[in-house]
Amino acid sequence: MVERESLAARAGWAVRSWWLIAGMWARSMLTYRTSFLLGLAANVLITFLDFAVLILMFRHTRQLAGWTLAETGFLYGTSSVALGGANLLVGSVSGLGERVRSGTLDTMLIRPAPALAQLAAERFSLRRLGRLVQAFVVLGWSLTALDLRWTWDRVLMVPGLLLCGVVIFCAVLVGCSCVQFWWGDAAELQNSVTYGGATLLQYPPTVFAKEIVAGTVFGVPLAFVNWLPALYVLDRPDPLGLPVAFEFAAPVVAVLCVLAAGLAWRTGLRAYRSTGS
Amino acid sequence: MAVIEVEDVRRTFTVRTRNGRWRREKREVRAVDGLTFQVEEGECVGYIGPNGAGKSTTVKMLTGILVPSGGRLRVAGVDPAARRAALARRIGVVFGQRTTLWWDLPLRDSYELARRIYRIPDARYRANLDRCVELLDLGALLDTPVRQLSLGQRMRGDLAAALLHDPAVLYLDEPTIGLDTISKTKVREFLRETNREQRTTVLLTTHDLTDIEQLCGRVMVIDHGRLVLDGPLEDLHAAGESERTLVVDLAAPHPPIELPGVRTVKVEGPRQWLAFPARQSAAPLVAAVAERYPLVDLSVREPAIEDVIARIYTGSAAEPAR
Repeated sequence: MVERESLAARAGWAVRSWWLIAGMWARSMLTYRTSFLLGLAANVLITFLDFAVLILMFRHTRQLAGWTLAETGFLYGTSSVALGGANLLVGSVSGLGERVRSGTLDTMLIRPAPALAQLAAERFSLRRLGRLVQAFVVLGWSLTALDLRWTWDRVLMVPGLLLCGVVIFCAVLVGCSCVQFWWGDAAELQNSVTYGGATLLQYPPTVFAKEIVAGTVFGVPLAFVNWLPALYVLDRPDPLGLPVAFEFAAPVVAVLCVLAAGLAWRTGLRAYRSTGS
Repeated sequence: MAVIEVEDVRRTFTVRTRNGRWRREKREVRAVDGLTFQVEEGECVGYIGPNGAGKSTTVKMLTGILVPSGGRLRVAGVDPAARRAALARRIGVVFGQRTTLWWDLPLRDSYELARRIYRIPDARYRANLDRCVELLDLGALLDTPVRQLSLGQRMRGDLAAALLHDPAVLYLDEPTIGLDTISKTKVREFLRETNREQRTTVLLTTHDLTDIEQLCGRVMVIDHGRLVLDGPLEDLHAAGESERTLVVDLAAPHPPIELPGVRTVKVEGPRQWLAFPARQSAAPLVAAVAERYPLVDLSVREPAIEDVIARIYTGSAAEPAR
């Protein structure tokens, strides 16, 4: 009497639930108009200052570890779009620990919408668009300033890179948040991985020690968000000397990350439902 | 047909306590310990017990939030833990102290979301909403943001939200807590009506005996994870030898009132507390007091559920074990 649904139908339903609930939150936030506008303004200002630091740096030097301002701007823009997009979609999962502690996760579990979609849409605010807008502006500027021959494969690479980047960051956000099923106050872990990681990706990989770059390839695979694909787009040598296939591996890595995050979520939810703390 | 089937269900929690710097002790706590009962379609059952008796653990297992450690559970023919999401469409849950309505949005918006999330067919939705609006007097509140509603109004709003999708089972946790008398009456009337007209099965946990008296044909009492009583409300009063209290204010301080079948529990100046069996009417007693003493004012207090249960429990504990 209760039908089993296909994977595609379930994914579609998760997206629809997210959309419905995010819409409710967005409208809730808009009822406090002044607070919304102030928040939006602060958001734009902070993200702008963030990029201003980079510009200041380039007033003293023409190149940063061999990369020009336009090239660094490309890294900055792609990293920020990926993190901003992921934060917009699933940023609220970092509140998981609080919900586990207070027991309010239960109210999500008794609704027929997927709990992860409900949690991800929680406290959704259009204010988070601020970061994304700034990121797109920087990226757009860098694309015009870059001194490159825009072949069709390079052109196609940019949206593909952004899409995979958003997906990878989403998976990392969800995966790291699942730790909070066991340790309720471990939100810092997820913040340092995602925000710390995104800051790393805003600078050329040649700035950092090889061990750090290798960590983002073989550890938490953030290098696939922009560093590796950017090497191809910008026609630069790989500081690690990896096979060229790595520069195109982002979609595969993104799928693997999603699978890993899904597994972490299921395991965490199962543990929660059998301890019910 | 049984809507809820519970068969020898257990649930243990592992509690870790630290003793000493390095040693940790694991202890098993049995929150629910071999629970068996059935609830038929259309029944309204009061599920009561002291705090920590296993009430909410049971409800969490029935909604599929918690996985039982052992035993067999079926709600509307479905294993709740295995099919939680599917079951969610067939049950309604109301927590008295926690609203599921959208705080900053008009009441109507919460219902619109429910319509979409529960995929309620348009005609059904409109019929159910109209019915709830009429019975719960929500018409004037639909366009008010939930944060501006009073506690009683919000509770009524929550009840409607839980019933729009025609749930087969409705779980209510303290639905009248903190409400004034008028709101309580309205909520109870609505629940009685819903239970009778829609044949919705209701499982109600409460600390208010009046809720149960007015709504439930059957009471289950749980303590230490086991059912200690399952039957009509009269059984509860009989088992607990429960008493109501008549509080009388006399014109002047007076020696303890002496009347047959009445225990004078306490005297404080002109005020006296008289205990009498809960099943007995208060009217003849009031008449007797008024006839013999200078009566100024009076009130009747219902027995507290905790007291009744405590008496059942000490009663069953006093019997030789096994």
